[in-house]
Amino acid sequence: MTSAAPTTRARALRPRSAIPGFGLTLGFTLLYLSLIVLIPLAGVFLKSASLGWEGIWHVVSSPRVVAALKLSFGAALIGAGINAVFGTLVAWVFVRYQFPGKRFFDAAIDLPFALPTAVAGIALTALYAPNGWIGQYLEPLGIKVAYSPLGVIVACTFISLPFVVRTVQPVLEEAEKELEEAAASLGANRWQTITRVILPTVLPALITGFTLAFARAVGEYGSIIFIAGNLPMVSEIAPLLIIIKLEEFDYAGATAVAAAMLVLSFLLLLVINGLQIWTRSRRNRK
Amino acid sequence: MNIQIRGIHKAFASFPALDGVNLDIESGELIALLGPSGSGKTTLLRTIAGLEFPDAGEISFGGENIASRPVRERGVGFVFQHYALFKHMTVADNIAFGLNVRKGSSRPSKEAIKQRVHELLDLVQLSGLDKRYPSQLSGGQRQRVALARALAIDPKVLLLDEPFGALDAKVRKDLRRWLRELHDKTGYTTIFVTHDQEEALELADRVVVMNRGRIEQVGNNQQVYEQPATPFVFDFLGSVNILPGEVKDRQLRFDGSDDVWDSESKESGLVDIYVRPHDLQIVDPAAPGLDATVTLVQRAGALIRISAALATSGERIELELSHLDTLARSRQPGDAIRVAPITFGLFPRAPHRRPTTLPDVVPNAPAENRERARN
Amino acid sequence: MSPAIDHSLQDPPQLPREPLIEKNAVITEAPWVRRTLTAVALLFLCGFLLLPLVAVFVEALRNGVETYFEALKDPDALAAIELTLIAAAIAVPLNLVFGVSAAWAITKFEFRGKSLLVSLIDLPFSVSPVVAGLIYVLIFGSHGWAGPWLSEHGIKVLFSTPGIVLATVFVTFPFIARELIPLMTEQGTDDEQAALSLGATGWQTFWRVTLPNIKWGLLYGVLLCNARAMGEFGAVSVVSGHIRGQTNTMPLHVEILYNEYQFSAAFAVASLLAMLALLTLGIKSWLEWRHSDELSATRRH
Repeated sequence: MTSAAPTTRARALRPRSAIPGFGLTLGFTLLYLSLIVLIPLAGVFLKSASLGWEGIWHVVSSPRVVAALKLSFGAALIGAGINAVFGTLVAWVFVRYQFPGKRFFDAAIDLPFALPTAVAGIALTALYAPNGWIGQYLEPLGIKVAYSPLGVIVACTFISLPFVVRTVQPVLEEAEKELEEAAASLGANRWQTITRVILPTVLPALITGFTLAFARAVGEYGSIIFIAGNLPMVSEIAPLLIIIKLEEFDYAGATAVAAAMLVLSFLLLLVINGLQIWTRSRRNRK
Repeated sequence: MNIQIRGIHKAFASFPALDGVNLDIESGELIALLGPSGSGKTTLLRTIAGLEFPDAGEISFGGENIASRPVRERGVGFVFQHYALFKHMTVADNIAFGLNVRKGSSRPSKEAIKQRVHELLDLVQLSGLDKRYPSQLSGGQRQRVALARALAIDPKVLLLDEPFGALDAKVRKDLRRWLRELHDKTGYTTIFVTHDQEEALELADRVVVMNRGRIEQVGNNQQVYEQPATPFVFDFLGSVNILPGEVKDRQLRFDGSDDVWDSESKESGLVDIYVRPHDLQIVDPAAPGLDATVTLVQRAGALIRISAALATSGERIELELSHLDTLARSRQPGDAIRVAPITFGLFPRAPHRRPTTLPDVVPNAPAENRERARN
Repeated sequence: MSPAIDHSLQDPPQLPREPLIEKNAVITEAPWVRRTLTAVALLFLCGFLLLPLVAVFVEALRNGVETYFEALKDPDALAAIELTLIAAAIAVPLNLVFGVSAAWAITKFEFRGKSLLVSLIDLPFSVSPVVAGLIYVLIFGSHGWAGPWLSEHGIKVLFSTPGIVLATVFVTFPFIARELIPLMTEQGTDDEQAALSLGATGWQTFWRVTLPNIKWGLLYGVLLCNARAMGEFGAVSVVSGHIRGQTNTMPLHVEILYNEYQFSAAFAVASLLAMLALLTLGIKSWLEWRHSDELSATRRH
């Protein structure tokens, strides 16, 4: 008597499907994901757990770490904020207006995606250093961009520029002409139409773009360290501090800072997502 | 507010959307712009609103030429085909929008606006829904909110673009009746665009029939239906048989028949004769008329529809008779009958005839019969 | 007997055909507003995007074309280029296989936890590159979890090519999957089911039906993946030993040159990376322009 063939685990997870390969692809996916991403990431939390809450707090609350975290998060927020305003403007201009070279500029918006961060870093420094292309004009005015927190903000703005534009652009493209015509027929002038009718529809996408921009900028390293100056307590970003601690073999300290960054980012993202959900729930209850 | 439209021309690229339109609308009228797609009816409506700008012509509201005024200064209440409600605002905010965007002294107080919104919600029978969002309303409800929003600004004229096009048949019928009642109650000059002739004929005081950027005829529903001014109007409203004939010395002769009818036409020549199916009757073999053979008899509610082929040319004609006509009821396919028109329209012979849509289907008969039918 | 109706169309009076007001649509701003906004937007873009790019090339050629090529022919620079290419040549195909596999699993089947899986795949995006390097140091570093075992067996992961490859794989992990998942979701399973019903095996279906459908999206993902792989700095910086000629990728080499005040040499190597970026952007734009139907909806302009 032959025994029945055992059912594979894959089939137990979901109903039969005509398409083959589920077990193979899902298995490989999970394996690869675990090996490359999940297990190493878990290591961060395990390591910082080994410090204990007190140990972590001790590291994280030290003045240098606090300053670095403030700089990383603050500059990222400001950079994302600048892009929220100008990025929306750029998206508006590209969607609604015609001008020569539009296609070229449209492609150029993705430059921060494609350009290696180190290249961006030295280029920005070349521009804003006291003897740099732009810096030389700002220096006499007393404005120091390179080697100061301002430089960090500039780098954050560069690196997160495409995020707002590319999330707002498609929403603007889909905006219904009839809504604007309706507003005009009801007596609204152009400014009223834009602020009361068009921008509210764009707001969720704008918040998403802002979030993506912020998340990108907060962990950025390569484009910032050249222009930052890296003075502890002044212009030192958190990722740099992690590297310094690693070089000192203070694995635990480095991990604590990393864990603090991850947790803080997560909390901020929760708040922003909550805002997103709140604006969305007011209308689309389909 | 009466409206005068003079000599409006509008072309998109080289396509003439409006090709010289003149129209007078009395204050308080309910007017339908009726026509097929591409006839220019929506373009005309949008031009009156100020959403399109004509290449030439004048538009006057109450004697004042407003053709160069932007839409926001015209005081028109426009209701879009797909409502164009502001999804991120409540029903109340939507309706109040036109009042909220007013500046300075012309803007009413908050209480006054709230009051007006509630009045309008009562008027359109949506009281209590003020805090809802458009996504939570049905199609018919959204349409009424769009209407209330347009009415809130006390418009000089109400313009509706295919207002019921996106709704189911039942809702459409109900809203039609309701719109007429609303119009009678409020008295606004109202223009609406539709491609549905039943809607136009049922609702409007007068119907403007348009085709290819021109007005074919303006009249009340009796005039456009019973006294069509052009072949297009004849054909567009209701169904029609088109038969060739000739007028000579004030006498009309159908092709293929020797009988003559009196005609008031002063000209002589080849004509197309337009006869509605319900204007054809079956007459005695001896009376003046045309011979035909019945091909199909259909009972459709209160009507009997008879398709027949003319004896001389084989051309198909349609008759519509009352179900009370016992003689008609007893007709069978193959019967020979004689038909005569009660009333008809005459137009100069047009080079193109209305094509039949499908080739005749020979019924499934035994081989010999099929041979016979083919011959 | 019956009234005849004989009408002809009335022609309207001929009026002069002059446009009455400017042919603007109702829904746009006054010309001066448009021009000002456009100018501000373009100024912003030029200042923040194009100027740095231009600066790279200008600074690279500051000391003349000869010095430029000298810097590129320098053995350490060549070694850096080689290492960069190796890292990309390993990381991109690995992530390609993963991306296709994950997209297949996610888009052709229904199962619980699917959205969790998609979020997990996106994780490397939300992690700082330095943290990405850190996690591998924790495992493979001399004080790390597997460190002692590795040094016992003489296997070098960190401060050597394997570590660099690993860090590169991590940071470029989601790129191809992220391109394919929405694209294959849009395409659905109809084509595959048709192929199977006609007797094709799973592999045949994949090669002959699925792959042609996704080829442009795949190219797009590979493009972005490669650009990031070659340009990654932070993560690689952590795991590399910064040993010239051995464990330096091009971005790291740029840093070393810069820190040694060899500015034009640094910009020379940087200009190669910038050219890669421009090439990436060029191909990307071409794909979005010519093959937008075959990319996911989010990529269409």
